[in-house]
Amino acid sequence: MSISFDNQRPIYIQLLDFFRAEIVSGSLSPGQKIESVRELALKYGVNPNTVQRALGELEHLNLARSDRTRGRFVTEDDEVIQQLRLDSAQQITEDYIQAARNLQISLDDALSLVKKLWDDQEGGKE
Amino acid sequence: MSLIEIRGLSKNYGHVRALDYLDLNVDGGRIVGLAGPNGSGKTTLLRILGAFDTAYSGDVSIDGLKPGRETRAITSYLPEKTALSDWMTADQAIAVYKDFFADFKEDRAREMLEFFKLEGSQKLRQMSKGMQEKVQIMLVMSRDARIYLLDEPISGVDPASRKSILRGIIGQAGEDSLVLVSTHLISDIEPVLDEIIFLDFGRVILHEQADKMRAERGQSLNEAFEEIYA
Repeated sequence: MSISFDNQRPIYIQLLDFFRAEIVSGSLSPGQKIESVRELALKYGVNPNTVQRALGELEHLNLARSDRTRGRFVTEDDEVIQQLRLDSAQQITEDYIQAARNLQISLDDALSLVKKLWDDQEGGKE
Repeated sequence: MSLIEIRGLSKNYGHVRALDYLDLNVDGGRIVGLAGPNGSGKTTLLRILGAFDTAYSGDVSIDGLKPGRETRAITSYLPEKTALSDWMTADQAIAVYKDFFADFKEDRAREMLEFFKLEGSQKLRQMSKGMQEKVQIMLVMSRDARIYLLDEPISGVDPASRKSILRGIIGQAGEDSLVLVSTHLISDIEPVLDEIIFLDFGRVILHEQADKMRAERGQSLNEAFEEIYA
C-alpha cells in the first residue's frame, strides 16, 4: 500500500488522514502494533520527523497510545473509533451536500439517489 | 547553538561573487533541501561546509569548529562529480572507504548494497548511471557522520532509481545527524524534506519548514520555487 502525496498540503496531515482512514476501515485494527517511525518513513518515502509528527497527533487524538518499551498501538477504545467513524462520515456528507447544492439538486432527489445507489451497492456485494 | 552556523559568508571566483554575505543556521536531526538555480551558490556552500574550500571570508562553524580536518571527520560529502575510479568494483570502493574513514560502517554498506540490489563484484564502469549514483550514496551514507552533504544526488538518474536513492538516504540518516541535500529536482525530493533553503545570488532568500510552507502558501515547494524564481 503506498500513498500518493499531494505536495500542496502539509504531508503530516495527509499521513494523519491516512492513518485515520486505516483505523476506520479496520486495516489497522484495535490494539494492533503500529510500525516504527523508520519503517513507515521508508515504506512511504517520507521524512521520519513528519511520520513522528503524524503519529504524535494520532496519540493526541487518543487514536493511538505509546508504550515506552513495546512501541505504539492503535487504540482499543471502541467509542473513540466509533466517534472517528462518525466524524469521518460527517465530513464526507458535508462535502457531498456542498457538491450536490452546487449541482442544484433538491434534497429529495439527492436522498432518493443515495438510497437507490446504497441498495444497488449492497446488492452488488452479495 | 546550531550544528551549522554561518555569518557573513562570502566567496569570489575572480570577479564572480558566488556567495554574498550569506547567513544561515541549520540544526541536526533533519533532512534539509538546498535549492536554487544554477550559479546560486549551492555547490560552493557545500564545498565550504565540507572543508574542501577554505578560501572564503566570514564565519563558518560546524559543531562549534571552523571547517578543517576535525570537521571533515564528522562530515560525509558527496561531490557533484564522482572521485571514484571506474575500474573499481563496488567491493573495492567499500574497502577504500573503510581504509579512509574511521567512522565507515561496512555492515551498513552491505545492507545498502543489498537494498539497492547491487553486486559487489561489479565494476563501476559496467554499471548504469543510476547504479553508480547508488554506489556513491551507499558509500557516503555508510559513514556514521554528524553531517551529510549531498550535492545533486538524484540528478541524471531515472525516476525509479531516484525513489530508491531517497529511501536509502531516509533509512541511513541518524536521529541526530543532518542531511543537507542540494537539488534542482524539488518535486522528487520534497516529501523527504524537513526544511527547505532557497538560494539566489549567493544569499539565502528563504529558509522554512516544508509543511509550514505548504500550510501557509497552499503550494508545493516546487510551485513556490517556480514562483519565487520566475
